[in-house]
Amino acid sequence: MAKVLVVTSGKGGVGKTTSTAALGAALAQTGQNVVVVDFDVGLRNLDLVMGAERRVVYDLINVVQGDAKLAQALIRDKRCDTLSLLPASQTRDKDNLTAEGVARVMDELRERFDWVICDSPAGIERGATLAMRHADVAVVVTNPEVSSVRDSDRIIGILDSKTERAERGERMEKHLLLTRYDAVRAERGDMLKVDDVLEILSIPLLGIIPESPDVLRASNLGAPVTLSDANSAPARAYMDAARRLKGESVAMSVPSEPKGFFGKLFGRRAA
Amino acid sequence: MNLFNLFTRRENTSAPAARERLQVLLAHERAAIGQSDLVSVLREEILAVIAKHVAIDREKVKVKMDKGEQISTLEVDIELPALVGMPAARAAAH
Repeated sequence: MAKVLVVTSGKGGVGKTTSTAALGAALAQTGQNVVVVDFDVGLRNLDLVMGAERRVVYDLINVVQGDAKLAQALIRDKRCDTLSLLPASQTRDKDNLTAEGVARVMDELRERFDWVICDSPAGIERGATLAMRHADVAVVVTNPEVSSVRDSDRIIGILDSKTERAERGERMEKHLLLTRYDAVRAERGDMLKVDDVLEILSIPLLGIIPESPDVLRASNLGAPVTLSDANSAPARAYMDAARRLKGESVAMSVPSEPKGFFGKLFGRRAA
Repeated sequence: MNLFNLFTRRENTSAPAARERLQVLLAHERAAIGQSDLVSVLREEILAVIAKHVAIDREKVKVKMDKGEQISTLEVDIELPALVGMPAARAAAH
């Protein structure tokens, strides 16, 4: 039986899709059978970040509505054969995503995979609550920035009230993934520190993803960052986060890009 | 960034301000959101009880909660229909 994980945030543009792709690939790279599901109907992007945009034939709504079988809609990753994608529809009305249909698809996915990772749309509307509804674990993606932290606080409240687990009176496992972190700026006092964000949101830390050009490079190429530059700082941070999700204890380090003078000159080429 | 910035920066860093603003804001928002949930639950249940006996207009109800240091008060203000409606409602209840 799979573990269902939702990657969520209140604010848009904080790195949910990038993190879904990277965590999904990282778990798959450790041999787990993983599916990443795009719940952002109308603005699908997970297929693009995963480099599968030309392979989409059927999507989540087709499966929810019974127009296609799950097996027809799943796209197996070409680089990692334990990684699959269930894409979102771009054109259809998002009201077609019914609660009953989603529940049925989630049940079917749970049987086939070890991990079902749902990429949530931003905000607190229906799409976001549908994406988190069946989750066992939530990864709250936050930037060290005031609006992102505030919206994350709101999302944490919703995770504690509007999910199946919450309704059964069970605790939802929640983790913080801090993205676009710049250790140098934080140290200088120009960016919220990890500890500040943790103190404010008070949920356990899953990982710190450094601000890095490797993330953009990976999405330009259509590859999860853990598959495209496995040795880069963000890839290593996502790999560690994935191991923590599996229950391993991995020491938390603040990863950073080479920042010294020579590092700046040569670090990029050497990496 | 120039050399001058290197020396002046430490005095007017912005992260502590961000941290303080967030702490104050979220303390308020959490209280407000938690409260509105409780208030709406109470509102629905109180209304359901009263509606069993009196025909009430759901729009003409005010529910307010005041949180004091020692005592918190819940104020429920329900406008009952004109007396003509009352006997009928009482009859219906029996």
